[in-house]
Amino acid sequence: MKPASKVFTALIMIFLFAPIVILLVFSFNEAKSLSVFSGFSLYWYRELFRDSETLNAVKNTLVLAVCAAAISTVMGTAAAVGINKLRNRYLHAVMDTVTNIPMINPEIITGISLMLMFVFVGRLFGAATSLSFWTMLIAHVTFCLPYVILQVLPKLQQMDASLPEAAMDLGCTPLRAFFKVEIPEILPGIITGLIMAFTLSLDDFVISYFTAGNGFQTLPIRIYSMTKKTVTPKMYALATIIFFVILALLLISNLSDSDGSRAIKAARQKRKNLKAQNSI
Amino acid sequence: MKKYAPSQRSILHKLVLAPYSIWAALFILVPLAFVAYYAFTDSDFNFTFENISRFFTATSMISDGEGTREVYTYLLIFARSLKLAVISTFICLLMGYPMAYIMSKASSRTQKVLVTLIMIPMWMNFLIRTYAWMTILQDTGILNGLLGFVGLGPVHIIGTESAVVIGMVYDYFPYMILPIYSVMAKMDVKLIEAARDLGCNSFGVLRRVVWPLSLPGVISGVIMVLIPSISTFYISQKLGNGKFYLIGDAIEGQYVANNLHFAAAIAFILMVILLVCMAFMQRYANKKAVVA
Repeated sequence: MKPASKVFTALIMIFLFAPIVILLVFSFNEAKSLSVFSGFSLYWYRELFRDSETLNAVKNTLVLAVCAAAISTVMGTAAAVGINKLRNRYLHAVMDTVTNIPMINPEIITGISLMLMFVFVGRLFGAATSLSFWTMLIAHVTFCLPYVILQVLPKLQQMDASLPEAAMDLGCTPLRAFFKVEIPEILPGIITGLIMAFTLSLDDFVISYFTAGNGFQTLPIRIYSMTKKTVTPKMYALATIIFFVILALLLISNLSDSDGSRAIKAARQKRKNLKAQNSI
Repeated sequence: MKKYAPSQRSILHKLVLAPYSIWAALFILVPLAFVAYYAFTDSDFNFTFENISRFFTATSMISDGEGTREVYTYLLIFARSLKLAVISTFICLLMGYPMAYIMSKASSRTQKVLVTLIMIPMWMNFLIRTYAWMTILQDTGILNGLLGFVGLGPVHIIGTESAVVIGMVYDYFPYMILPIYSVMAKMDVKLIEAARDLGCNSFGVLRRVVWPLSLPGVISGVIMVLIPSISTFYISQKLGNGKFYLIGDAIEGQYVANNLHFAAAIAFILMVILLVCMAFMQRYANKKAVVA
């Protein structure tokens, strides 16, 4: 890199990380001040772990994210398989457009639209409030689905279509061919989709805000209500913990990623060798 | 050996698509219809244009340095949202384009590290990111502390439009870099070499080769920054001290006030405007691609 490029990159990184570093530093502040560092202390971390409402929100967020990711991955993978096999051009275009809607529409509109429907249907059945864990789960699955489909579909298109056919010619049932041949081929896409769905669900605030019932609070909603009042550095402690968890997950996934690609390369090499032998 | 007829398989493929089709119809399309339904009805669900016309005609009095005036409330809010979102998008592009270019030229190892670094802030919740800027930009915050340290006077940023723009740029910056970078990383280096060989200078290469080729990335970056920043409702509340009501705040405000029909009307208008803009941009992009 040229010196000018290095300076520019450094400036951008300072811009991106200055707020995060400040959060980290002031989470260890002794006093409540967010501008003067008066001394090191773990006081705010102790406070955080005494805050049962926040801890409960963490639990809720994880439960919701696991459910939403699992449902959207299974349904999204099945949808990608179906869309990939659609021969009708117009149906294909309709599917593409509908799938794009939640990604292109502003989150606030997705949130409002689902909320309006839930409220309307709830009133139809005479319920005072229809918003609950279930409405939130529906909302999360809905906005995660397109991302899963978008990860799996290209893998299906790259796959050699004769592979599952060969399996069926050799006596596999279509279902068995799907699980034994297609799934292993598209697994990287499914896993990326699963991870994306999980993190999108964990992080979502806007859509959750409109579809959450009173009884079920996720972490972003808890943070929102915490920042409405004057904030204690307790929230900074929470942000610091989240940051390090994310960092650890990223490092692990990067390491396993390079392991995975190595394994794939090895497998390819093996296949090549076999081919060479067969041709002889 | 049992063989499976193609028709049997195609039924299977349709079955596999069924759950998603039903889900998408119920939870993507029907809710959008509900936005339109609420937008065009009153609280007894009788048809009315009132909510839509209220958006265009409601007025309120504002007083600023130039005295007290009467303004169109929601048109002003929309114009302000558009202005701040366009400024933020432009700044993101100005910062993101060179960054993406530098990244695409770096060694593959450096590229990987930089992409990860740019993505890390995205994984922090955007409420926390915005809140961090609030503490930095406060009158007694860290920025003014630093400025005072080097002998520059305190600046008042929090509660101004600049603070809102800073928040938007920070929150959505990665969405600008990553699409541009992914297009640039795939760009054929031979094209640049060919342009050089044919006597193009560096600026010419950038203007005639790199920029047109990166245009699809730029367009998706612009859309990905413009849409969330035009519809945000938290940033302006925190960094603008609630003084700069944006279109997202208007929707949220009506929702909190349980005024669902008017909230739906604002959302409906926003959606229609964005759809028209996007169709326009897509057409422009296609035309440009043909020319290039």
